[in-house]
Amino acid sequence: MNPVIHLNDVSRVFPADPPVHALSKIRLRVEQGDYVAIVGPSGSGKSTLLNTLGLLDRPTAGSYLLDGIETTTLKDGARTRLRGHRIGFVYQSFHLLDHRTVAENVMLAEMYGRSGGAGGERARKEPPGATGGGYGRRGRRRRAEEMLEKVGMSHRVDFVPGRLSGGERQRVAIARALMGGPSLLLCDEPTGNLDSRNTGAVLDLFDGLRDQGLTLLVITHEDAVSARANRRVRISDGILTEG
Amino acid sequence: MDIRDLWSEALAGMLARPVRSALTTLGTVLGITTLVITLGVAATAGNQIVGRFDELTATAITVEVPDKPDPLVTWDAHASLTRLRGVVSAVALAQTDRSSNLQVTSNTLVDPTRVTGHTLAVVATGPELPRAVHGRMTGGRFFDEGHVGRRDRVVVLGEQAARMLGVTRLANAPAVFIGDRAYTVIGILGDLRREQILSTAVIVPSTIGADFGLKNVTRVLVNTTLGAAELIAGQAPVALSPNHPDELQVIAPPSPKRARDGVQDDVNGLFLILGLVSLVVGAVGIANVTLVTVMERVAEIGLRRSLGAARRHIAAQFLLESTLIGMTGGVIGAGLGLVSVVAVSATKEWTPVLDARLALAAPVAGALVGLLAGLYPALRAAGMEPVDALR
Repeated sequence: MNPVIHLNDVSRVFPADPPVHALSKIRLRVEQGDYVAIVGPSGSGKSTLLNTLGLLDRPTAGSYLLDGIETTTLKDGARTRLRGHRIGFVYQSFHLLDHRTVAENVMLAEMYGRSGGAGGERARKEPPGATGGGYGRRGRRRRAEEMLEKVGMSHRVDFVPGRLSGGERQRVAIARALMGGPSLLLCDEPTGNLDSRNTGAVLDLFDGLRDQGLTLLVITHEDAVSARANRRVRISDGILTEG
Repeated sequence: MDIRDLWSEALAGMLARPVRSALTTLGTVLGITTLVITLGVAATAGNQIVGRFDELTATAITVEVPDKPDPLVTWDAHASLTRLRGVVSAVALAQTDRSSNLQVTSNTLVDPTRVTGHTLAVVATGPELPRAVHGRMTGGRFFDEGHVGRRDRVVVLGEQAARMLGVTRLANAPAVFIGDRAYTVIGILGDLRREQILSTAVIVPSTIGADFGLKNVTRVLVNTTLGAAELIAGQAPVALSPNHPDELQVIAPPSPKRARDGVQDDVNGLFLILGLVSLVVGAVGIANVTLVTVMERVAEIGLRRSLGAARRHIAAQFLLESTLIGMTGGVIGAGLGLVSVVAVSATKEWTPVLDARLALAAPVAGALVGLLAGLYPALRAAGMEPVDALR
């Protein structure tokens, strides 16, 4: 079985004078079901690594296989689709739309890549003989509510994000990231804006997701967070080291 | 992406800031309102003027007959004209410079304290006159074929003339003196809608006209059905004077179509420009606000990109939002414009004339304005790199 992430000598150089080597010759292999924490001081290249892993940025050298698909040679549109289908993002600042309800925010995830807009796509993603489910507009709200139940937010379905606490907002954002069943959850300082109690709740949620077989990759500088992961990699000056 | 999703996202984006969206539509509202009012009022006013032409002038033809010793037109002009299809009524008149200044009095008494004599015009004509000038007998009756045939010395007074001469009641068969001869007044003709000058005239039967040198027909009044004026204007000279049609001078109304075009051109030009300028201003307004909105929603754009939205999805959403804003402005503008046109018509007691296509075209025009205005901001939004947008 293919690893979820396979980075081979990935480098990212930002053109400047002198050039900035944000990532240099990074090798990383993340298997299905891994829970990996990436730690490092600010300016170490954490965000560049996350953007590269999230297909938001392109490495200048090396190869990056996501679910066995070589991504560095893909065109923009194909990368966008791959990102939409396989990667769920969780941000430090949640990035929820203020004017939409919790359910609508979660449903947003199916609107682009993960929706069953095209019949062929649905057929491909859905095993033959599957009953119910599907990815059309019809069951979208139900699926969003299921995801919200998974993160313990069923009681806030029709609230707007402004009326939620930070921890609740992050759980909504996680529900959104989980919509459509991504292969990888990329979390960028997911507890950076949360107090310790909410941090604990979110980390418990991550543990639960890991137990369900989801692959998690969390960028953090908090030891409390990285301690919960089964694997810790350290990045410093663009160089990745295990441990 | 499902088109319904695109639609609901754009709608939600527009409604997220209702006040701002409402203010953004203002420019388009003003522009479309101005355009609809301009076109609507121009059509209404144009129709109004044409309507008046239709009623009076557009069906009225006058044939001037030059004075010749050998008469060009005979007194049975009426008969030869009403044979023509499209002629409603016709009458021959005789009036000369000399007959226009005759001394008329209501009695022969010489009263130095009062002005009893008046200088009035005497016109000779046939019994068809009241119909041909759309007049009404305010008293008595008009003379008929019998009076004409018997050469009865009767007259009909125009309303004004009767007042000047002090003739109010006809029961005692009052007489007026033209020169020193007496004529019995048998009727008063009023409410003239054509040839109003006859109101101050003394109208005598054509056979009596010779008393005042009115032997020959000098003018023929023709009324046609609506739209027949042009045709009859060509046929009348031939019917009246088959041997010398060229010598008759026909005064026909201007073509009604030309009248309408003229009016609309005058009114439209200026206000159309005004409306278009407002639309451009509206478009700039939408473009500005949409650009600000794009800048404010950078994070949202980044989020959508990370959720798998392609550049075209982002562009489509912002384009649709600005188009919706423009269309809303168009709908409101069309409504305001229509109400204004009806209000203007109501105060002027006009019949509002509105092209139904105008009401439909206005929202489309608004949407187009919004679409054009949204192009640049939408491209800016689509061009954003997700990494930058999420920072």
